[in-house]
Amino acid sequence: MRPFYGVDLPNPLMLGTAQYPSPAILEEAFRASGAGVATVSLRREGAGGTGQTFWKMIQDLGVHVLPNTAGCHTVKEAVTTAHMAREVFDTKWIKLELIGHTDSLQPDVFQLVEAARILSEDGFEVFPYTTEDLIVGERLLEAGCEVLMPWGAPIGSGRGLNNIYALRAMRAEFPEVPLVVDAGIGLPSHAAAAMELGFDAVLLNTAVARAGDPVAMARAMIGAVEAGQAAFEADPIEARDMAEASTPVIGKAFLS
Amino acid sequence: MKIVLNGEPREVAATTLAEALEECGFTGRVATSLNETFVPALLRAGQALADGDRIEVVAPMQGG
Repeated sequence: MRPFYGVDLPNPLMLGTAQYPSPAILEEAFRASGAGVATVSLRREGAGGTGQTFWKMIQDLGVHVLPNTAGCHTVKEAVTTAHMAREVFDTKWIKLELIGHTDSLQPDVFQLVEAARILSEDGFEVFPYTTEDLIVGERLLEAGCEVLMPWGAPIGSGRGLNNIYALRAMRAEFPEVPLVVDAGIGLPSHAAAAMELGFDAVLLNTAVARAGDPVAMARAMIGAVEAGQAAFEADPIEARDMAEASTPVIGKAFLS
Repeated sequence: MKIVLNGEPREVAATTLAEALEECGFTGRVATSLNETFVPALLRAGQALADGDRIEVVAPMQGG
Protein backbone atom coordinates (compact mmCIF):
# COMPACT_ATOMS: atom_id res chain seq x y z
CA MET A 1 0.00 0.00 0.00
CA ARG A 2 1.43 3.35 -1.03
CA PRO A 3 1.72 6.03 1.67
CA PHE A 4 -0.63 9.01 1.63
CA TYR A 5 1.46 12.18 1.77
CA GLY A 6 4.10 10.22 3.67
CA VAL A 7 1.63 8.58 6.04
CA ASP A 8 1.42 4.79 6.17
CA LEU A 9 -2.07 3.64 7.07
CA PRO A 10 -2.79 0.49 9.09
CA ASN A 11 -5.18 -0.88 6.46
CA PRO A 12 -6.92 0.21 3.25
CA LEU A 13 -10.19 1.39 4.80
CA MET A 14 -11.20 5.04 5.17
CA LEU A 15 -14.54 5.44 6.91
CA GLY A 16 -17.00 8.30 7.03
CA THR A 17 -18.63 9.43 10.25
CA ALA A 18 -22.04 10.64 9.00
CA GLN A 19 -25.53 9.16 9.07
CA TYR A 20 -25.11 6.59 11.87
CA PRO A 21 -28.17 5.88 14.01
CA SER A 22 -26.40 7.32 17.08
CA PRO A 23 -22.98 8.60 18.19
CA ALA A 24 -22.53 5.41 20.23
CA ILE A 25 -23.08 3.21 17.17
CA LEU A 26 -20.76 5.42 15.14
CA GLU A 27 -18.02 4.94 17.71
CA GLU A 28 -18.58 1.19 17.98
CA ALA A 29 -18.70 0.72 14.21
CA PHE A 30 -15.58 2.78 13.74
CA ARG A 31 -13.65 0.78 16.29
CA ALA A 32 -14.93 -2.49 14.78
CA SER A 33 -13.74 -1.39 11.33
CA GLY A 34 -10.23 -0.61 12.47
CA ALA A 35 -10.16 2.14 9.81
CA GLY A 36 -7.16 4.42 10.10
CA VAL A 37 -8.85 7.47 8.57
CA ALA A 38 -12.07 9.21 9.56
CA THR A 39 -13.71 11.71 7.24
CA VAL A 40 -15.35 14.66 8.97
CA SER A 41 -16.86 17.98 8.01
CA LEU A 42 -17.66 21.47 9.26
CA ARG A 43 -21.12 22.79 9.84
CA ARG A 44 -22.64 25.76 11.61
CA GLU A 45 -22.16 25.42 15.33
CA GLY A 46 -25.34 25.52 17.40
CA ALA A 47 -25.74 27.06 20.80
CA GLY A 48 -25.41 23.67 22.48
CA GLY A 49 -21.90 23.17 21.13
CA THR A 50 -22.70 19.75 19.63
CA GLY A 51 -19.58 19.95 17.48
CA GLN A 52 -17.36 19.85 20.55
CA THR A 53 -18.76 16.50 21.73
CA PHE A 54 -18.22 15.03 18.29
CA TRP A 55 -14.66 16.36 18.12
CA LYS A 56 -13.83 14.78 21.49
CA MET A 57 -15.09 11.41 20.25
CA ILE A 58 -13.05 11.63 17.04
CA GLN A 59 -9.94 12.53 18.99
CA ASP A 60 -10.48 9.54 21.26
CA LEU A 61 -10.56 7.24 18.21
CA GLY A 62 -6.93 8.18 17.63
CA VAL A 63 -7.18 8.01 13.82
CA HIS A 64 -6.13 10.33 11.02
CA VAL A 65 -8.77 12.95 10.36
CA LEU A 66 -9.68 13.83 6.78
CA PRO A 67 -11.98 16.87 6.67
CA ASN A 68 -14.10 17.34 3.57
CA THR A 69 -15.53 20.26 1.65
CA ALA A 70 -18.84 18.46 1.13
CA GLY A 71 -21.59 20.54 -0.36
CA CYS A 72 -19.29 23.18 -1.87
CA HIS A 73 -20.19 24.27 -5.38
CA THR A 74 -17.62 27.00 -6.04
CA VAL A 75 -13.84 27.30 -5.80
CA LYS A 76 -14.15 30.15 -3.32
CA GLU A 77 -16.49 28.21 -1.06
CA ALA A 78 -14.28 25.12 -1.13
CA VAL A 79 -11.05 27.03 -0.51
CA THR A 80 -12.57 28.95 2.41
CA THR A 81 -13.96 25.73 3.88
CA ALA A 82 -10.54 24.10 3.55
CA HIS A 83 -8.91 26.94 5.49
CA MET A 84 -11.51 26.66 8.22
CA ALA A 85 -11.02 22.89 8.36
CA ARG A 86 -7.24 23.21 8.61
CA GLU A 87 -7.62 25.44 11.63
CA VAL A 88 -10.31 23.44 13.40
CA PHE A 89 -8.93 19.96 12.75
CA ASP A 90 -5.27 20.94 12.82
CA THR A 91 -4.40 18.99 9.68
CA LYS A 92 -3.11 19.80 6.21
CA TRP A 93 -5.24 17.00 4.75
CA ILE A 94 -8.37 18.03 2.89
CA LYS A 95 -10.84 15.86 0.99
CA LEU A 96 -11.65 18.29 -1.78
CA GLU A 97 -15.20 17.96 -3.05
CA LEU A 98 -16.55 20.39 -5.61
CA ILE A 99 -20.03 19.35 -6.53
CA GLY A 100 -21.12 20.06 -10.08
CA HIS A 101 -24.42 18.26 -10.43
CA THR A 102 -27.31 18.25 -7.98
CA ASP A 103 -28.69 14.77 -8.63
CA SER A 104 -25.53 12.75 -9.19
CA LEU A 105 -23.28 14.91 -6.97
CA GLN A 106 -20.77 14.49 -9.79
CA PRO A 107 -17.61 16.50 -9.18
CA ASP A 108 -17.14 19.70 -11.17
CA VAL A 109 -13.68 18.69 -12.34
CA PHE A 110 -12.85 22.09 -13.85
CA GLN A 111 -13.31 23.90 -10.57
CA LEU A 112 -11.76 20.93 -8.76
CA VAL A 113 -8.45 21.35 -10.58
CA GLU A 114 -8.44 25.09 -9.91
CA ALA A 115 -9.18 24.67 -6.20
CA ALA A 116 -6.62 21.86 -5.92
CA ARG A 117 -3.94 24.14 -7.33
CA ILE A 118 -4.79 27.00 -4.96
CA LEU A 119 -4.82 24.72 -1.92
CA SER A 120 -1.68 22.77 -2.87
CA GLU A 121 0.23 26.02 -3.31
CA ASP A 122 -0.99 27.03 0.13
CA GLY A 123 0.48 23.93 1.75
CA PHE A 124 -2.58 21.70 1.85
CA GLU A 125 -2.35 17.99 1.13
CA VAL A 126 -5.28 17.53 -1.17
CA PHE A 127 -7.34 14.34 -1.58
CA PRO A 128 -9.48 15.25 -4.62
CA TYR A 129 -12.84 13.56 -5.08
CA THR A 130 -12.83 13.19 -8.84
CA THR A 131 -14.19 11.13 -11.72
CA GLU A 132 -12.29 8.32 -13.43
CA ASP A 133 -11.18 10.67 -16.25
CA LEU A 134 -7.48 10.18 -16.92
CA ILE A 135 -6.83 13.69 -18.21
CA VAL A 136 -8.46 15.21 -15.14
CA GLY A 137 -6.25 12.92 -13.07
CA GLU A 138 -3.16 14.26 -14.86
CA ARG A 139 -4.28 17.84 -14.30
CA LEU A 140 -4.84 17.19 -10.60
CA LEU A 141 -1.36 15.75 -10.25
CA GLU A 142 0.09 18.76 -12.10
CA ALA A 143 -1.86 20.98 -9.70
CA GLY A 144 0.00 19.41 -6.79
CA CYS A 145 -2.20 16.49 -5.69
CA GLU A 146 -0.32 13.36 -4.65
CA VAL A 147 -3.46 11.24 -4.25
CA LEU A 148 -6.44 10.69 -6.56
CA MET A 149 -9.88 9.60 -5.39
CA PRO A 150 -12.14 8.61 -8.28
CA TRP A 151 -15.74 7.78 -7.58
CA GLY A 152 -16.99 4.22 -7.78
CA ALA A 153 -20.56 5.43 -8.26
CA PRO A 154 -22.53 8.50 -7.10
CA ILE A 155 -22.27 9.28 -3.39
CA GLY A 156 -24.65 7.21 -1.30
CA SER A 157 -25.92 5.22 -4.28
CA GLY A 158 -24.45 1.88 -3.20
CA ARG A 159 -24.09 0.84 -6.83
CA GLY A 160 -20.48 -0.29 -6.54
CA LEU A 161 -17.94 0.22 -9.33
CA ASN A 162 -19.88 1.71 -12.24
CA ASN A 163 -16.92 1.79 -14.61
CA ILE A 164 -14.46 -0.88 -13.64
CA TYR A 165 -12.73 -0.60 -17.01
CA ALA A 166 -11.89 3.06 -16.41
CA LEU A 167 -10.75 2.40 -12.85
CA ARG A 168 -8.43 -0.33 -14.12
CA ALA A 169 -7.10 2.08 -16.75
CA MET A 170 -6.52 4.67 -14.04
CA ARG A 171 -4.50 2.20 -11.99
CA ALA A 172 -2.38 1.41 -15.05
CA GLU A 173 -1.95 5.07 -16.01
CA PHE A 174 -0.78 6.23 -12.57
CA PRO A 175 1.28 3.35 -11.18
CA GLU A 176 3.04 5.45 -8.54
CA VAL A 177 0.04 7.44 -7.29
CA PRO A 178 -2.00 6.36 -4.27
CA LEU A 179 -5.53 5.78 -5.58
CA VAL A 180 -8.68 5.56 -3.50
CA VAL A 181 -12.14 4.55 -4.67
CA ASP A 182 -14.32 7.12 -2.96
CA ALA A 183 -18.11 6.85 -2.91
CA GLY A 184 -20.70 4.51 -4.33
CA ILE A 185 -19.72 1.40 -2.39
CA GLY A 186 -22.74 -0.57 -1.18
CA LEU A 187 -21.41 -4.04 -0.45
CA PRO A 188 -18.19 -5.61 0.78
CA SER A 189 -17.83 -7.26 -2.65
CA HIS A 190 -17.67 -3.77 -4.23
CA ALA A 191 -14.92 -2.75 -1.84
CA ALA A 192 -13.02 -5.98 -2.45
CA ALA A 193 -13.32 -5.47 -6.21
CA ALA A 194 -11.71 -2.03 -5.92
CA MET A 195 -8.83 -3.48 -3.97
CA GLU A 196 -8.43 -6.35 -6.43
CA LEU A 197 -7.76 -3.71 -9.11
CA GLY A 198 -4.74 -2.59 -7.11
CA PHE A 199 -6.27 0.46 -5.51
CA ASP A 200 -4.66 1.61 -2.29
CA ALA A 201 -7.78 2.23 -0.24
CA VAL A 202 -11.54 2.49 -0.29
CA LEU A 203 -13.42 5.38 1.27
CA LEU A 204 -17.00 4.65 2.23
CA ASN A 205 -19.65 5.87 4.63
CA THR A 206 -23.28 5.18 3.77
CA ALA A 207 -22.80 1.43 3.21
CA VAL A 208 -21.82 1.05 6.85
CA ALA A 209 -23.77 3.85 8.50
CA ARG A 210 -27.12 2.98 6.89
CA ALA A 211 -26.81 -0.79 7.14
CA GLY A 212 -29.26 -2.46 9.50
CA ASP A 213 -26.30 -3.38 11.70
CA PRO A 214 -23.53 -0.83 11.11
CA VAL A 215 -21.10 -2.55 13.46
CA ALA A 216 -21.42 -5.89 11.66
CA MET A 217 -21.11 -4.16 8.28
CA ALA A 218 -17.99 -2.33 9.45
CA ARG A 219 -16.41 -5.70 10.24
CA ALA A 220 -17.51 -7.05 6.85
CA MET A 221 -15.95 -4.07 5.06
CA ILE A 222 -12.55 -4.35 6.70
CA GLY A 223 -12.53 -8.04 5.90
CA ALA A 224 -13.39 -7.28 2.29
CA VAL A 225 -10.75 -4.61 1.68
CA GLU A 226 -8.07 -6.71 3.29
CA ALA A 227 -9.10 -9.76 1.23
CA GLY A 228 -9.07 -7.68 -1.96
CA GLN A 229 -5.68 -6.23 -1.13
CA ALA A 230 -4.23 -9.68 -0.38
CA ALA A 231 -5.69 -11.01 -3.63
CA PHE A 232 -4.10 -8.24 -5.70
CA GLU A 233 -0.74 -8.85 -4.07
CA ALA A 234 -1.12 -12.58 -4.77
CA ASP A 235 -1.26 -11.87 -8.55
CA PRO A 236 -4.64 -13.36 -9.55
CA ILE A 237 -5.15 -15.45 -12.68
CA GLU A 238 -6.53 -13.96 -15.87
CA ALA A 239 -10.17 -14.71 -16.66
CA ARG A 240 -10.69 -16.84 -19.78
CA ASP A 241 -13.70 -17.70 -21.89
CA MET A 242 -13.34 -21.46 -22.05
CA ALA A 243 -12.78 -24.11 -19.42
CA GLU A 244 -9.31 -25.33 -18.62
CA ALA A 245 -9.28 -28.60 -16.72
CA SER A 246 -7.72 -28.24 -13.31
CA THR A 247 -7.38 -31.97 -12.77
CA PRO A 248 -4.47 -33.42 -14.81
CA VAL A 249 -5.52 -35.34 -17.92
CA ILE A 250 -2.31 -37.40 -18.02
CA GLY A 251 -2.68 -40.64 -16.15
CA LYS A 252 -6.44 -40.81 -16.44
CA ALA A 253 -7.58 -44.46 -16.66
CA PHE A 254 -8.95 -45.66 -19.99
CA LEU A 255 -12.48 -46.75 -19.14
CA SER A 256 -14.64 -46.21 -22.21
CA MET B 1 -24.83 46.62 16.20
CA LYS B 2 -26.86 44.40 13.89
CA ILE B 3 -25.05 41.37 12.49
CA VAL B 4 -26.09 38.13 10.82
CA LEU B 5 -24.67 35.12 12.63
CA ASN B 6 -24.99 31.72 10.96
CA GLY B 7 -27.85 33.11 8.92
CA GLU B 8 -29.77 34.57 11.87
CA PRO B 9 -30.04 38.33 12.49
CA ARG B 10 -28.55 39.29 15.88
CA GLU B 11 -28.08 42.47 17.87
CA VAL B 12 -24.73 42.53 19.65
CA ALA B 13 -22.74 44.95 21.81
CA ALA B 14 -19.48 43.48 20.50
CA THR B 15 -17.23 45.55 18.28
CA THR B 16 -14.80 42.80 17.26
CA LEU B 17 -15.25 39.29 15.98
CA ALA B 18 -13.67 37.81 19.11
CA GLU B 19 -16.09 39.75 21.32
CA ALA B 20 -19.05 38.66 19.23
CA LEU B 21 -18.10 35.00 19.63
CA GLU B 22 -17.80 35.42 23.38
CA GLU B 23 -21.06 37.34 23.62
CA CYS B 24 -22.89 34.65 21.65
CA GLY B 25 -21.51 31.86 23.80
CA PHE B 26 -19.03 30.17 21.47
CA THR B 27 -16.25 28.77 23.60
CA GLY B 28 -15.16 25.57 21.86
CA ARG B 29 -13.19 24.67 18.78
CA VAL B 30 -14.69 26.71 15.96
CA ALA B 31 -13.61 28.42 12.74
CA THR B 32 -14.97 31.73 11.56
CA SER B 33 -15.61 33.71 8.43
CA LEU B 34 -16.61 37.33 8.04
CA ASN B 35 -18.54 38.28 4.90
CA GLU B 36 -17.54 34.98 3.32
CA THR B 37 -13.82 35.45 4.02
CA PHE B 38 -11.97 33.16 6.45
CA VAL B 39 -10.74 34.89 9.61
CA PRO B 40 -8.07 32.86 11.47
CA ALA B 41 -8.51 32.53 15.23
CA LEU B 42 -5.45 34.68 15.91
CA LEU B 43 -6.93 37.61 13.99
CA ARG B 44 -10.40 37.60 15.57
CA ALA B 45 -9.51 40.02 18.36
CA GLY B 46 -8.29 42.59 15.86
CA GLN B 47 -11.16 42.12 13.44
CA ALA B 48 -13.56 45.04 13.79
CA LEU B 49 -17.22 44.51 13.01
CA ALA B 50 -19.52 46.77 11.02
CA ASP B 51 -23.28 46.97 10.87
CA GLY B 52 -24.72 44.23 8.66
CA ASP B 53 -21.64 41.98 8.80
CA ARG B 54 -22.26 38.33 8.04
CA ILE B 55 -20.46 35.92 10.36
CA GLU B 56 -20.25 32.17 10.01
CA VAL B 57 -19.16 30.01 12.95
CA VAL B 58 -18.53 26.37 12.14
CA ALA B 59 -17.48 23.41 14.23
CA PRO B 60 -16.51 19.76 13.72
CA MET B 61 -19.38 17.69 12.43
CA GLN B 62 -19.97 14.19 11.05
CA GLY B 63 -18.97 13.86 7.41
CA GLY B 64 -18.48 11.37 4.61
